Amino acid sequence: MIKRSFFKSKYLPYLLILPQMVVTLTFFYWPAIQGLSQSFLLSDPFGRQSKFVWFYNYIGLFTDPLYLKSIFTTFFFSLAVAAVSLSLGLFIASMANRALQAKALIRTMLIWPYAVAPAISGILWLFLLHPSYGIVALGIKEWLGVDWNPVLYGSDAMVMIVMASAWKQISYNFVFFMAGMQAIPKSLIEAAAIDGASPFKRFWFISFPLLSPTFFFLTVMNIIYSFFETFGIIHTITQGGPGGSTNILVYKVYQDGFVGLNLGSSAAQSVVLMSLIIVITFLQFRFVEKKVQYGG
Amino acid sequence: MVEKTPILDFFTYVFLLMGIFIVGFPILYSLIAATLPLDQVSQVPMPLIPGDQFMVNMKEAWSRGNLGTQILNSVIMASGITVGKIAVSMIGAFSIVYFDYRFRVVAFASVFCTLMLPVEVRILPTYEMAANVLYPIQALCNVLHLEGLLSWFAGNDITINLNWSLLDSHTGLVLPLVASATCTFLFRQFFLTVPEELCEAAKMDGASPMIFFRKILFPLSKTNIAALVVIEFVYGYNQYLWPLLITTNPKMTTAVIGLLNLIPQADDLPEWNIALCATLLVMLPPVLVVLFMQRWFVKGLIEKEK
Repeated sequence: MIKRSFFKSKYLPYLLILPQMVVTLTFFYWPAIQGLSQSFLLSDPFGRQSKFVWFYNYIGLFTDPLYLKSIFTTFFFSLAVAAVSLSLGLFIASMANRALQAKALIRTMLIWPYAVAPAISGILWLFLLHPSYGIVALGIKEWLGVDWNPVLYGSDAMVMIVMASAWKQISYNFVFFMAGMQAIPKSLIEAAAIDGASPFKRFWFISFPLLSPTFFFLTVMNIIYSFFETFGIIHTITQGGPGGSTNILVYKVYQDGFVGLNLGSSAAQSVVLMSLIIVITFLQFRFVEKKVQYGG
Repeated sequence: MVEKTPILDFFTYVFLLMGIFIVGFPILYSLIAATLPLDQVSQVPMPLIPGDQFMVNMKEAWSRGNLGTQILNSVIMASGITVGKIAVSMIGAFSIVYFDYRFRVVAFASVFCTLMLPVEVRILPTYEMAANVLYPIQALCNVLHLEGLLSWFAGNDITINLNWSLLDSHTGLVLPLVASATCTFLFRQFFLTVPEELCEAAKMDGASPMIFFRKILFPLSKTNIAALVVIEFVYGYNQYLWPLLITTNPKMTTAVIGLLNLIPQADDLPEWNIALCATLLVMLPPVLVVLFMQRWFVKGLIEKEK
């Protein structure tokens, strides 16, 4: 943790750490404490009066069918996004890893969506899946015979936000899977090939198991992404609708706090989200890192 | 490749092309839509041959969306976050790694705890904080009855009213996002790999800590800084929730948020050509940064998440 040789100075280290501490305290700890204390208060929309109500806000939350539905929606959404973007990312990465020509070009063509803002990905897919103008929507209607209308049907809206969110995340997963595959020793693959394993077998029995740490790490990252960063997508495409069918937890915090001005409930929701992310982080550090170890 | 598999190789490229197509299709299609006049873009299905209205649409989108101001705001925000984050976390990590002081462990632990707390989970209190940054000091004054104390001391009434709002300002867009545990960690990890001998030698030659930082540590960190610049620029430019909350003045809005006004709603003319032109323009800066600094980008992405 510390160098054996270090500098001695009375005030300099404090001065150097000061900016970080100031920003962390003002924009992390103070808001977190505020949020925590606010979640135990019931206040009027203008924030003038408030009353200490113990766990009233939390009890209210977990008995509210809308909130429970939102929890379910969030989990379904994040699992769907993770499944779609991970499988596509892994598939494309394994193909790109086989390619011999034009490697740099292929990589370039595949990584740029990372730089696209989630909200912009939302706009692009809103156009592609627009019930009257979108070409993908047209394809769905013609070929699948589905009465596609994300403005009316909750399930269609969910498919739309999953597509928009997963599309952007493919390139992120691609980069990590590529890096993971390139880290696999060539000798293992060659040894298997000499033993007569086909390319598919080599993938399933060598590459895939060796990629499992990457895989778990990416699952966590994708879930965190779909929990929080997809706010822009929801806000541009569906605004949580129709009928709350795409109202994920982060969007609900925003809606209840800033639109509905239900400060106590919004604070309680923030605290729930905070604890959720702390649990996920903890799991990632403890469980995933240890269980998915392998030799060499 | 280990053996010759011509059929499989063929399919590899076919699937790769399909993958590239899936990834690129939304942009390609939007590009075509951006070149068409209104009556063609609202046809079902839209023609797939590019039209000649590209420049016209671009001009219209540029002026209607006030993109000049908004993209400038976004770039200011992104650069501010990038420079601020890297500067703050680099000197912070320098302090944590190269000095031994009592407060060090506390500082390190308190930064560590914020590791994965995005703005999204603490929006309301952070917003209140930004509305008056000096509020904690005010609260402290109120608790300690400093007003009364000062009044007594000075002999006449003094009221303390501290107010510094960050709403609708570039500072407000940048400052709350500057604190970053991940960057501090990255620099800490890197500083720990720097050989001890360099520090010893510098000390032997009588270099002060800051000279060591400037002349040795900073040049050594250049690749890490380049990698972080790409990642943080994209992160800052693509922020959505925070600018949405903190800006109400259209002149201070960032480009990504401003786009929302251009999307045709149910009763509007379906001017998707204009909306998509604006969308393509707005997404250009971070995409260019990633494409031109690809090597740093991949490095940064992978190092940062370790």
